[in-house]
Amino acid sequence: MATVMIDLKRLGDVKAPAGFSDRVLAQVGIADSYAKFETVLGPVYVAWNHLGVSAAMRSKSAAEFEDWFRKDVGRQLTRVEPPHDLAAKIEDQLEGKRRMRFDLRGLTPFSQAVLRKTLEVPRGQVRPYGWIAREIGHPAAVRAVGTALANNPIPYFIPCHRVIRTDGVIGNYGGGGPEAKAKILTLEGVQLKRLQTLARSGLRYEGVRSTKIFCFPTCYHGRRVREENFVFFHDENEARSAGYRPCKDCRPAVA
Amino acid sequence: MEGTDRVFERLVRDNQNRIYALGLALTGNRHDAEDVAQDTFVRAYRALATYTPERIRDLKQKAWLHRIAVNVVRNRVRGVRPRLVELNGSEPDHASGPEEDVLRKAEIDELAARVACLPVRYREAVVLRHVQELSYAEVADALGQPVGTVKANVHRGLKLLRGENHGNRDD
Repeated sequence: MATVMIDLKRLGDVKAPAGFSDRVLAQVGIADSYAKFETVLGPVYVAWNHLGVSAAMRSKSAAEFEDWFRKDVGRQLTRVEPPHDLAAKIEDQLEGKRRMRFDLRGLTPFSQAVLRKTLEVPRGQVRPYGWIAREIGHPAAVRAVGTALANNPIPYFIPCHRVIRTDGVIGNYGGGGPEAKAKILTLEGVQLKRLQTLARSGLRYEGVRSTKIFCFPTCYHGRRVREENFVFFHDENEARSAGYRPCKDCRPAVA
Repeated sequence: MEGTDRVFERLVRDNQNRIYALGLALTGNRHDAEDVAQDTFVRAYRALATYTPERIRDLKQKAWLHRIAVNVVRNRVRGVRPRLVELNGSEPDHASGPEEDVLRKAEIDELAARVACLPVRYREAVVLRHVQELSYAEVADALGQPVGTVKANVHRGLKLLRGENHGNRDD
């Protein structure tokens, strides 16, 4: 008689499978999942949750990545088998063929604005720190922009490497120092030599004779122009007094 | 917001075994059990996000989770028939604890499958009362049924389980 009841009680002693609670926490977005991916930039650890990619780092080991994530982002982290299409999505994102969603919770509104703006810099182009500052409505906060970019939790994905100093110096890079930054920019098709030669002579903008429009030297609209048809300017006033107006696409100055 | 996440984290860690066991007893296989348990916690999280701090504090977590889980199972069954039990034990990814050796696991699975063959109204009552060991009042609350109904259903369910050897097997 009683055996059924004893049996039933044993049924209640079953344990949930290993890692179950972590998976649940990841599913509701309290904890993030992560995996290691082979990319054009080499192996990168990438963390994500239901809101999007939350972190990426070229850490030496999984343990190093986990430590950094817990300290910096402050959430739980679980290593998982990545969804089958994620590797391809990451590849596309890094090659500029796709726009992924990002989870920037936990960052200050200012940092979020800086990173969102940075996402708008197209592949193959660069912008000065001051440009980001002006575009997000804090023209004086140039150094703060530098700090926000230095602490970018998702480098490569959010292209902080496309923001450089006006004097042509590449500037620091959290994702592997100035050399790595120069390497990624070259990979994306930026003519660093030309850019730096111009910057060293103090020339920040290029104008096109026929259109009377001036751009940042990496702007897409300058690519079809022959070198002898360019005029170069030191600053906005010089360009404007020569009768040029700012490009509406790369927005070197307020139109 | 931060507080809710903490509460939820504890809720999951404290109750995961219990809710998984409930899922196993109600569905009869480990795969569905995990689905049910996961759905249950996800729903619980969404609900918690809309509750006031007072409501969260006064929540009878155990009964509340059981009620959600029972509803998850009821909604599933509405759409899909319960899966057949895998007799060859082909679910290697569900690593069991060290105390749960293969033989024991097979026994438990067989038992769960037997319970899963009970008609739903008996199954829910029997599982909540004798697997989860809730009081009749708690079971009644979780199922939204009067205590008397629950008692009768538990009794009939147990009778079916015991009488299975000479009862109707093809049910």
